[in-house]
Amino acid sequence: MEVLLFGIAKDIVGKTLYSLDDGMDWPNSVLELKQHMVEQFPEFGKLSSLAIAVNSEYAADDVSLKQGDEIAIIPPVSGG
Amino acid sequence: MQEERYNRQLILKDFGPEAQQKLTDARVLVVGAGGLGVPVLTYLNAMGVGTLGIVDNDVVALSNLHRQVLYKESDVGILKVKAAIRTLYSQNKTTHFQGYETFLTKENAVEIIADYDVVIDATDNFPTRYLINDACVLLNKPFVYGALHGFEGQVSVFNYQDGPTYRCLYPTMPKADEVPNCNEHGVLGIVPGIVGNFQALEAVKILTGVGQVLSGKLLLFDGLGVVFQKIKFSRNPENVVRTALETNYDFDCEIPIQSISPTDFMVLNEKKKLQIIDVRTLAEYEKGHLADSLHIPLQELSARSTEINKEIPAYFLCQSGLRSQKAIASLQALMPTSQLIDVSGGMNQLQLLR
Repeated sequence: MEVLLFGIAKDIVGKTLYSLDDGMDWPNSVLELKQHMVEQFPEFGKLSSLAIAVNSEYAADDVSLKQGDEIAIIPPVSGG
Repeated sequence: MQEERYNRQLILKDFGPEAQQKLTDARVLVVGAGGLGVPVLTYLNAMGVGTLGIVDNDVVALSNLHRQVLYKESDVGILKVKAAIRTLYSQNKTTHFQGYETFLTKENAVEIIADYDVVIDATDNFPTRYLINDACVLLNKPFVYGALHGFEGQVSVFNYQDGPTYRCLYPTMPKADEVPNCNEHGVLGIVPGIVGNFQALEAVKILTGVGQVLSGKLLLFDGLGVVFQKIKFSRNPENVVRTALETNYDFDCEIPIQSISPTDFMVLNEKKKLQIIDVRTLAEYEKGHLADSLHIPLQELSARSTEINKEIPAYFLCQSGLRSQKAIASLQALMPTSQLIDVSGGMNQLQLLR
């Protein structure tokens, strides 16, 4: 499972694409993905508004994830 | 209309004199005359938008010039509104300019925005972005959003013809230390130019009715990989019910709201009977609710606050956790000594636990 990262999420992880290794427990829902990211990178814990897109569509916490989904983490950005 | 000046747009198939006249009649407010505002203003002015309002209270700094290409070295130290209007006027004397030498605030936002057809969010901070969103929802005006982070940009059109709002994408404002801005993070000069030009294009489409407006879609642009992506999202009706601005848009003086996680709440509620206030609509409540919860819709809350027992903690519950926070914020002044607790994430989260 691969997750595309934008904005501050990219800065926290240090790359644009985050891959979940085969050995890991894959998150089954958007909420579980958020929890997974916080566990792996505690700095995610302080982001209060985090948009997740699944297959190019905004996904609420209860949306389930399956193998092959295109997932993106899109935090708010403020620069102008 | 000046036929020679706008000739290339007048002969353009799918644009022509009708669309050009709509630009002439249009009033656009640009909030922020910085990295995003400069390209927006430059093109809307050149293309023939009749009235341009500009809100900014900053002066031009030397560190602005690498991206805010409207300004000259001799403008450093001068108010951006003044410097911008001077240069824009020399480019197109037929435009009517209205400068506002102030920042957009809770006190002036509604009055200023009310005079315009379309608002461009060209700001560089979250408090003003949320203020623009809420004022535009209140006044039923569309606004074109643009924001950036390093080499990346975001563009969308919010509150356009029953489309979604900024809060449908990011419901709550990030706290001060969550996301850095350009001053802290840095920005490559051309990136706001690209994002701002997309904003100007969307404004023209809204004003003329030409093409498809980027409503309900967030455009993500990554300049390093030259990747464009569009994310679809929809309107959350909760976010368009608004009768006033928030009481506060400042980062640092947010009223702290006590909250409890859905898991802890469930455990506690099984141990003893809690005072639960469900602030959702009647229709939502009738679809399913917790046993022994008291139903007071958010709109009726201040009138019916006496029904809440002030002596014991009150747990506020809604669908997603947003209205419960609003409920507490609205009651804090009325019930200063009571313990008002927000059930985080509302029924959506509680249902996940079952």
